[in-house]
Amino acid sequence: MNNSINELNQLKANAVKNLEATEGRRIVVGMATCGISAGAKLVLDTLKKQVAAAGLDNVQVMPTGCIGMCIYEPIVEVFEHDEEKVTYIHMDPDRVSRVVSEHLVKGKPVVEYTIGEDENGKLKSLNDLQFYKKQKRIVLQNCGLINPEDINDYIAVNGYQALAKSVTTMTPQDVINLMKASGLRGRGGAGFPTGLKWSFAAANEADQKYFICNADEGDPGAFMDRSVLEGDPHSVLEAMAIGGYAIGASKGFIYVRAEYPVAVERLKIAIKQAKDMGFIGKNIFGSGFDFDIEIRLGAGAFVCGEETALIASIEGKRGMSRNKPPFPANKGLWGKPTIINNVETLANIPKIILNGPEWFKSMGTEKSPGTKVFALGGKINNTGLVEVPMGITLREVIYDIGQDCLNGKQFKAVQTGGPSGGCLPQKYLDAPIDFDNLVAIGFMMGSGGMIVMDEDNCMVDIARFFLDFTVDESCGKCTPCREGTKRMLEILDKITQGNGTIEDLTILEDLAENIKNTSLCALGQTAPNPVLSTMKHFRDEYVAHVVDKRCPTGKCKALLSYFITDACTGCTACARKCPAKAITGTVKEQHHIDQDKCIKCGVCMDTCRFNAIIKK
Amino acid sequence: MQNDCGCNCDRANDERYAELKAYIDSVKGSEGITMTVLQEAQRIFGYLPLEVQKFISENIGVPIAELYGIATFYSQFAIKPRGKHHVGVCLGTACYVRGAQKVMDKVVEELGVGVGETTQDGLFTLDATRCLGCCGLAPVIMIDDTVYGKLDDVSVISAILNKYRE
Repeated sequence: MNNSINELNQLKANAVKNLEATEGRRIVVGMATCGISAGAKLVLDTLKKQVAAAGLDNVQVMPTGCIGMCIYEPIVEVFEHDEEKVTYIHMDPDRVSRVVSEHLVKGKPVVEYTIGEDENGKLKSLNDLQFYKKQKRIVLQNCGLINPEDINDYIAVNGYQALAKSVTTMTPQDVINLMKASGLRGRGGAGFPTGLKWSFAAANEADQKYFICNADEGDPGAFMDRSVLEGDPHSVLEAMAIGGYAIGASKGFIYVRAEYPVAVERLKIAIKQAKDMGFIGKNIFGSGFDFDIEIRLGAGAFVCGEETALIASIEGKRGMSRNKPPFPANKGLWGKPTIINNVETLANIPKIILNGPEWFKSMGTEKSPGTKVFALGGKINNTGLVEVPMGITLREVIYDIGQDCLNGKQFKAVQTGGPSGGCLPQKYLDAPIDFDNLVAIGFMMGSGGMIVMDEDNCMVDIARFFLDFTVDESCGKCTPCREGTKRMLEILDKITQGNGTIEDLTILEDLAENIKNTSLCALGQTAPNPVLSTMKHFRDEYVAHVVDKRCPTGKCKALLSYFITDACTGCTACARKCPAKAITGTVKEQHHIDQDKCIKCGVCMDTCRFNAIIKK
Repeated sequence: MQNDCGCNCDRANDERYAELKAYIDSVKGSEGITMTVLQEAQRIFGYLPLEVQKFISENIGVPIAELYGIATFYSQFAIKPRGKHHVGVCLGTACYVRGAQKVMDKVVEELGVGVGETTQDGLFTLDATRCLGCCGLAPVIMIDDTVYGKLDDVSVISAILNKYRE
């Protein structure tokens, strides 16, 4: 058990030596879920085996969290004291063999497996890429650097120092004042000031209070929280203990999605290590403060990201939301004062305690200080996790960091905020991103998913996609959300099937406004957003669907037909492949598609070598 | 032959019930254990048949109606038997805009079952899952706990599924 700051500092001194590779080399393999699915497990195992076989005693091989750049996975980085790290990309067992024999044994890096050299013949590291240059890593500071399964690595990077400082030198009120001064706002989407929220729970007298970490990251396209949990789980535990101290809670829960098995495993390891070392448990750092943390698994219900539904779920009930007030800070888990913070919010906290509120406010904008992590995905070249100062423009994120749409296609919109957010069109590319600015132009920050869409994506279909999601995920408690979203989906289905009328658009808007105004919780109140924002900014596409019965992108199959032009050589390839036997014609003559039989699968178009098949 | 719980389950000789009972005894007394017990039961039995729900109800004192309500509310609980392997096609936004529908069509064709169904040989259950958080690798599928990404070329799917058929 560790019960003094001196002991923590002693541990740190040893851990730093290890982390800085003062003796020998330290090799990390990116082992977040994305790395693992790209084959990182095999790379790690092979590396370990071969390093051992080569008798390299002074080389340490270990997993690390998300390095950030999904397109280069599996990534291996070699750290050596006083030298630039070497980054190897797209690794596989064969590449590992060469790296071991040439780099680790003979000391000569394998240039062709790296990102390349700059004009001076120096090996480029990931930090030299545009992708990283505009980033500012606070939350993701340790991801991709430390071994998330080893508490000593976290201690080396000032881990648990903030907790020690809080419980031994500050009163709970001091901690709250510091959080208030920093201006930190909740990263889960709504942007509520964290310090203020804590002060509500602290002001309530109760025999028991709870501190909950919301790790039920349900927004499709968002994976920031998963990456933090997989890459730096201790930072979340430390922040929970600090929060618990501030509000007077002795018990914490992490509610995490069951869809994240790797994160759950790393959390379990982290909790055990923190308990063994006495950072969680009784009498933390001899201060008399007790704090215990338990993991609770979600079971696949999106609504449980909403705080009152999350509480119901931890209580072991159906995850249904309830009316607020009373807010959880007054009456939460089992009726006791409860604070719920999101993973990314928490990951900021130890750094704020150690570096002070002024440091935090030096980043970002006045009303939204700090950074925000975005999960960049969709039709973009550089997919991955990016952490940028608040106030950066979308253009910088999409063009400088994301490096443009895939395959040279034209950018159409970026979807933020998941099923509660909207689609930002081209004209907002230069808007600075922060909580208030996005609200001012009619959007919301959301949790941080950013899905880029290009000219091939039909905005009506995207709206339908999100509605389909909310209909499925509505908990069913209140009528506007349960029935209203269903009616909206029916109308959108009708439109994408080619049976819509111009009146449907008015009905859709009316319904959307009603659902927004009358739903019980945020799920229903925001569910119409994807529809409203696409109707506002891409109305022409809706009109094309209902008036011209045409889908401009060709995405809505019911609205499109395939034709064979006179470029057809009569090779019969399409007719043979057509699963519906809809193509007829004789050899060496132009073929025809029977529109009644055609199922619009597009196989003929893929098959044709003469570009003779068009869709319109 | 019926036993004392009124059904034909073979509790006395089924070790799985003993395992579940041991788990319940280990958490009994703490608050909010209903979900965790159901999760453990699903891990042990693979799904939550009525007999198992009855067993849990008797042991933790929560009415069976409530248990059934919970089991049917959350998508990860199954009250029908599931296949040996769980195939989840991610229909999150990033995957969707990058062609998840084509991936789904291909998996449906390969397995010969629809979403939510189990193959006749009992090997696979197919589901459309929520975002798996591997958006950088979109489109992806998850088989049991393993994620397969970058499935732009859907023809590789049959080879992936075949690995589980061996």
